[in-house]
Amino acid sequence: MTAFDWVAQILGILAALLAAPLFLGWVNQCRAWLQNKSAPPLMLPYRGIRKLFHKDAVIASNASPLFRLAPYVVFGTMVTAAAIIPSIATRLPFTRAADAIALVGLFATARVFVSLAAMDVGTAFGTLGARREMMIGFLAEPALLMVIFVASLIGATTALPQISELLATQSLALYPSLAFTAVAFTMVLLAENARIPVDNPATHLELTMIHEALLLEYSARHLALMEWAAALKLFNYVCIGFALFIPWGLATSQAPFVLTLSLLLLGAKLVLAGAGIALIETVSAKLRVFRAPEFLATAFLFAVLGLLVRLLLGA
Amino acid sequence: MEALPFDLQILNALAALLLLLSFAMLSQRRIVTLVNLLAVQGALLCIATVLLAWRTGANHLYFSAGLTLALKVIFLPWLLHRLIRRLGVYWDTEPLLNTTGTMLIGVLVVVFSFGLAQPISALASTATRNAIGIAVAVVLIAFMTMITRRKAMSQVVGFLSMENGLFFGAMSATYGMPMIVELGVALDVLVAMLVLGVFFFQIREQFDSLDLSHLESLKEDQ
Repeated sequence: MTAFDWVAQILGILAALLAAPLFLGWVNQCRAWLQNKSAPPLMLPYRGIRKLFHKDAVIASNASPLFRLAPYVVFGTMVTAAAIIPSIATRLPFTRAADAIALVGLFATARVFVSLAAMDVGTAFGTLGARREMMIGFLAEPALLMVIFVASLIGATTALPQISELLATQSLALYPSLAFTAVAFTMVLLAENARIPVDNPATHLELTMIHEALLLEYSARHLALMEWAAALKLFNYVCIGFALFIPWGLATSQAPFVLTLSLLLLGAKLVLAGAGIALIETVSAKLRVFRAPEFLATAFLFAVLGLLVRLLLGA
Repeated sequence: MEALPFDLQILNALAALLLLLSFAMLSQRRIVTLVNLLAVQGALLCIATVLLAWRTGANHLYFSAGLTLALKVIFLPWLLHRLIRRLGVYWDTEPLLNTTGTMLIGVLVVVFSFGLAQPISALASTATRNAIGIAVAVVLIAFMTMITRRKAMSQVVGFLSMENGLFFGAMSATYGMPMIVELGVALDVLVAMLVLGVFFFQIREQFDSLDLSHLESLKEDQ
């Protein structure tokens, strides 16, 4: 590990922290354009976060310390996840700490804390949202693990940077298994980040919302951290997708020029991915909550098919 | 990493897509989409056959690719669409199992057929021998499609999809069946389809629906 690797690592985390709200703003903007609405400004998520940091926090009188602690834990896990995921460079000092399976665990930790905090105050909506969040989570997690297993089989390691380095540097090959898991991963991404087929991020209608219901009791800096963590989560998922399915352009060598180039490429990929997510959200209708298991079972099926195809065809 | 030739990679990808289409057919409820999926499956089969013919230089495979294109991509889907229009059956309700359950059983079927095909693949000497397992899986899933449906129309689509799987299996195990067998099978399918088309009208006339559960009781009086 050289000083340069640490520079790449810190740059990666900073890029994630700064670009996450911007990416969310971009997705919202694309979605508004596609739906023929006048788009919200790109910087709106930043302004929201800044505004919330300047407010005084209001906390329910019967809230336990867990309620105050949860935003910091959730934000912390998301930043840690951003440190592990190879978003711009593959030689990251932090990745020795955790592999891809531990990454799934990190996301699970965040989910548990969000749900516990939502149940903590004891309002009906929080409990409802927490239960739904856990339901989505327990269905999405196996699918995500399967996706990671397929990539691990191909890369013969569970470390995310090594997998994407291998995929980026080897000669071009068709991987039907990776194509299947890419579909599965996209579905998991939509479900986990409360995007449209499963949850509508723009809704405040109590009976259908999941993500918003979890945050109802939060205000000011806690809410800001939660919103920022949600944006980071989306960013992290998209970066996992890049690392597994379009790893070209990641900096695998140590040169400032390569690092700059990969940073620019990441930006280009994010622009395309944001437009893609907005497109999926526009063309699909929100599912009833009881149809969500079907949606996620399909994702699981795709991932398992990828695994089987990999095992049988070696492709 | 192993470096497969590119055409073999495409063949593998096509095999994987065939498997995916089988699952799409298993989960699909709309009969019109089901027929379209069948046509796509036929088209993939046709592409795979042409690719294999080009790779192995077996000229009779070009012929069977043409047969596949004419029969399974163009004629049979057209016939089925026409039947659907004339019978006015656009929906296939009442599956015997829910979608998620069917899909999960489908995954088990795939695992089973991969295990089943392992010894056959070990014996075969073709470059595509790995795809035999997929062909067996396609056949068995098409079989499941037939089992889990009640309406005659979707059972017929399942039957045709099963034939696709058999064809793909023969192709990947021995580079296609002898021409005479292939022609025989194609004719069989064609005639079966035409007979079934007539049969549909008879069933509907008798029972006012295409639900095959009506055929289960032996006597008319209940």
